[in-house]
Order: sequence, then structure tokens, then C-alpha cells
Amino acid sequence: MVFIISQVKNHNRTGGEAAMGLMRRMPPKHTETALTALLSLLPGHSSDLLSQVDQPLKVLRDGENEKEFILCEYNRDADSYRSPWSNKYHPSLEDGMLPSSELRKLEIEANDIFTIYRDQYYEGGISSVYLWEEDDKQGFVACFLIKKDGSKDAHGKRGYLNEGGWEAIHVIQVGPEQEGNANYCLTSTIMLSLTTNSDESGTFNLSGSIRRQMKADLPVEDGHLCNMGKMIEELEGKLRNQLDQVYFGKTKEMVCTLRPSPDLPSMALPENIKP
Amino acid sequence: MADEEDHQETELSDNQKIDIAKWFLLNSPPGEIQYVAKDLRSVLRDDNAYQMAASEAFPFYNKTHIISLQFPDRSGDVLVSSFSEISEDEYLDPRTAQVGKIDHVKQICTDIRPAKDEELPTPYIEEYRCALDAEVCKYVAEAYPKGVCSVYCISGKDVEEPGSDFELVVLITATRLSPQNFCNGSWRSIWNIEFMDELQTVEVRGKMQVGAHYFEEGNVQLEAQHECKDSTMFQSPDDSSFSLANIIRHHETEYMSSLETSYSNLPDSTFKDLRRKLPVTRTLFPWHNTMQFSLTRDITKELGIEK
Repeated sequence: MVFIISQVKNHNRTGGEAAMGLMRRMPPKHTETALTALLSLLPGHSSDLLSQVDQPLKVLRDGENEKEFILCEYNRDADSYRSPWSNKYHPSLEDGMLPSSELRKLEIEANDIFTIYRDQYYEGGISSVYLWEEDDKQGFVACFLIKKDGSKDAHGKRGYLNEGGWEAIHVIQVGPEQEGNANYCLTSTIMLSLTTNSDESGTFNLSGSIRRQMKADLPVEDGHLCNMGKMIEELEGKLRNQLDQVYFGKTKEMVCTLRPSPDLPSMALPENIKP
Repeated sequence: MADEEDHQETELSDNQKIDIAKWFLLNSPPGEIQYVAKDLRSVLRDDNAYQMAASEAFPFYNKTHIISLQFPDRSGDVLVSSFSEISEDEYLDPRTAQVGKIDHVKQICTDIRPAKDEELPTPYIEEYRCALDAEVCKYVAEAYPKGVCSVYCISGKDVEEPGSDFELVVLITATRLSPQNFCNGSWRSIWNIEFMDELQTVEVRGKMQVGAHYFEEGNVQLEAQHECKDSTMFQSPDDSSFSLANIIRHHETEYMSSLETSYSNLPDSTFKDLRRKLPVTRTLFPWHNTMQFSLTRDITKELGIEK
């Protein structure tokens, strides 16, 4: 099987391009404000912008089983959001869109398994999985979401972070079965921010977002959940490593270029580590 | 997905547009305000609003980022800051006793004139200022490949002789712009130095700020800052300057190594609290065998030990 990781392409319209240009310069912690501002300036580009810029995830509590679930465009109908736990809309909505019963079965299973996956990698946090049919009814789309507050007051087990947020959005399009295989197209976004604070070293904040794509044709007999899960695990791991080694590394390299430490003459990264 | 027609096409007022434009300009990372301005103009499509926003945002941005601009005759640099500000577009360079006229939006120095006597400190103060400038310059040349520094008197510049307090400010900045490599960064430190005549001490307050932005196929930013305090004895200009430059060197070097520690703590401690590299089980997730989880769940349910 072949995995292709590619940059998500910007579209060509000038206003939209400029808007995306602004989004990659504004501090990641202000993404929501920046996006709101751009939507008000460019109402005609709203669906483009919303599909290209991921917003910080919000959470609601499902009163039925006291479990929290994540809100996004994919579980929204009008002003209500569907809980993956009870399959009901909050606030309640009559005739809210629901997945087919077959897909709902897979959705329940995906939520259960993804909860375990999330616990093993995140040691806390919230996850939600939403599935829905494609308009042409040929395949389906799944959205796997994780939100974690890693600060020491929340789920930061080791207690290093004064503030720490991680959000992962995985949207995966699953094509119809053809000769035993299905085409999976995964787009993953990670948004994070971490802050440490101490008297000796002051405030130290790193924040950022990256988005990548991965495509694969995989045998359907292995199960959709297994195929999607493996891809998500692989891409999520890659994004974490890129953030850590390449993106954080580049900012460190920059700091050390501004004021090199006397005992460390060169902080340059090896040339082969590239995003 | 939200439908286009759902969005109210209410026209923004001029003031709202100006506020939004200012917000984008002021949130530009170090060295990137011109790029932000360019994109902003195509998004805004309203040149009047842009000009209004730019005329307010640029001076503020230039002063908070302490940008360094070269004199037109290349005889030196002037730092744009609230400490060197004579009027909104005039900034003092005490080293050359010149005042640079600044075009804030173009970020260039368009003209220079000699500083007037009343814009400069007395010879008594100037002796301290000048001695400190010389020591700080030496340190900056050693520590920063592309550093710029300046020393200003911000209070008591008319003091003629010992017997009164005065305050100097040391500014150190270093900027590295490498847009072709999608990377920009800046360091700036502000040292307030109060000479207390009666106590014969010198109180030092430092604030160091570092920013870096890497944006090749992503957007990651570092924002770090640290404040510290120190003090030394009030001595002759040369002796005071020597110990003050040492204090600055000491704190900046310490801060630099604490930044490096913060970075080296990332992979195994700080970042781990967001997401681990591997699951707690230390092996990849068993996607091919998730039945085991269902079985465990069924058993816990049957035994009634569910959480």
C-alpha cells in the first residue's frame, strides 16, 4: 500500500489566498478571532475559509449519560449538535439528520474503540467520532476528534504545563468498495499550545497548527475501522514528531541564531529533517 | 456545513473595518507586518480604512517591537521605541547625537538632524550614559551576531552633579528575517537602570522577550519572556558601567540557557502531557484486534464493575 502525504492546496482566488496568507501569520492562539474577522470581511468566502481553517473545538455535555462530546460542523444541524453517545441532538431538535442505522452501528463501535486509543496516547482528554453518508451514497465520511487540556489543573498527568491544549481533527473520506479495496483519504489537523511558567525562566509558550493529507487503498475485509484507525495513528504520530522535531526545532534554531550560546557553536538541524 | 446564504451580508461599518485591520497589523509576528499589510489590503478592499488603520497600528508596532532603522547616510541606526521618541515620527540616537525622522508605514528613516541641546542629557549624565553605552556595545558585539543597542536617559537628564537620582534605559535588539526559509525571529531586552543617589545603589530591572515564527506548510510560533531584578553599587561612570554590563550579560546568558532547557524538556516531559509518542502500552494500537476491548467491556458489564 502506498501512502502519500501532501500539502493541502490553497485555492486560487486572490481574496481567499490573502486570507490564508494572513492565517499562517497570525498567532495560532488567536485563530478563532482571526477567522471571525476574515469571515466578516469576506462573507462570500465563508465556506472556503471554514473548510480550510480549523477552529478550536468546543465541548458539550450529553445530559443522558453525563458524557462530554465535541462539537464540529459534522455533527451540527441548525443550532444543535448530535451527541455520539446518545445519538440525540443538543439542544434537542426534531428531524435532526441522523446517520443510517448501519453507519450508526459503525459509529458506536468507532467511538468505543477511539476512546481506548485516546486514553492510551493521551491519558485523558475527550474524543468523539462522527460518521455520515456521502451525498452520492457511494461511500461515507468519518470525523475523529480529540481535545485534551494537558495543563496541570486538568489532564496534565506530569504537571509541567501551566496551559496546554491539543486538538486533533481527522476527517477521512472512504470511497466505495472496488475489487475488494476502498480508497481512504485522510486530512489531519493538529492545533496545540503549551505554556510553562516559572520564576527562574519566565513564560515560555509554543503554539501552532499543521495540516497534512494521506491517501491509501486498503482491503475492506480488514474492516473500515481498522483501516481508518491505522491511518490516523500513523499520521497523528507523524504530525506530533514534525511539530516536535521540525517546527519547534526551527524556532529553537532561530533563537540560537539570534543569540548563540558560547558553548554551543552550531544549533543547525541536519539538512535531511524537513517537513 | 454552513450555507453561504446563512451568513448575513451586513456591511461592516468603517470603524469596524479599521479595528479589524489594526488587529491584524498589531498581531503580526516580528518582521512580518509588511507581508500582513499586503494580504490585509487585498482582503479589506478599502484603501481608506487600510490607511487609517496603518497610520495608527504601524507606530505602535514599530515601538513595541523596537525596530532598528538605518540613517539615510548610513552613519548609524536609530531604534524606534518609546524611550527614544521625541515626537511621533522623530527618534533620538544618543550615540551620534542625531535625531532620525521616521516613515512608520514604510519603516524607513527618511532624514536626520543633529539633536538639540535640550534633547540631550547634561555632561554629568552623559558621562554615565556614554560609558554604559560603550560597555553594552562591547557585550552586544560578543553575544549577538546581529545585535543593536542603545542607552537613553529617561529621567533626570538635567541633573548637573551628584546629589540627585537619574534613570537610564538599555535597549538590546536582534532580529533575523529569513522569509525564504519561512522563518523569522526577534530578541529584545529592556534594562531599566535607576541610579539612587541617596542610597548609593543602582537598581536594575530587566525584561527580555523572544519571538520566533516558522511557517513552512504550517504555523508555529514561540513567545517567551522573562523579567528579573538586580542591583549594584553607585560608583564612577566606568566602574558602574562595567558592573552593569556584567549584570546584563549574566542575566541574559542565564535566560538563554533556561530557554534551551525549556526546549530540551519538550520531547519527554512537557509535550508528553499533551500526547505521548507511544501509547501507555508502548506498542502501536492493536487496530486489527479490537475485539479484545469489546470482550473486556462485556465482561466488566456482566460482572457489574463498569465505571
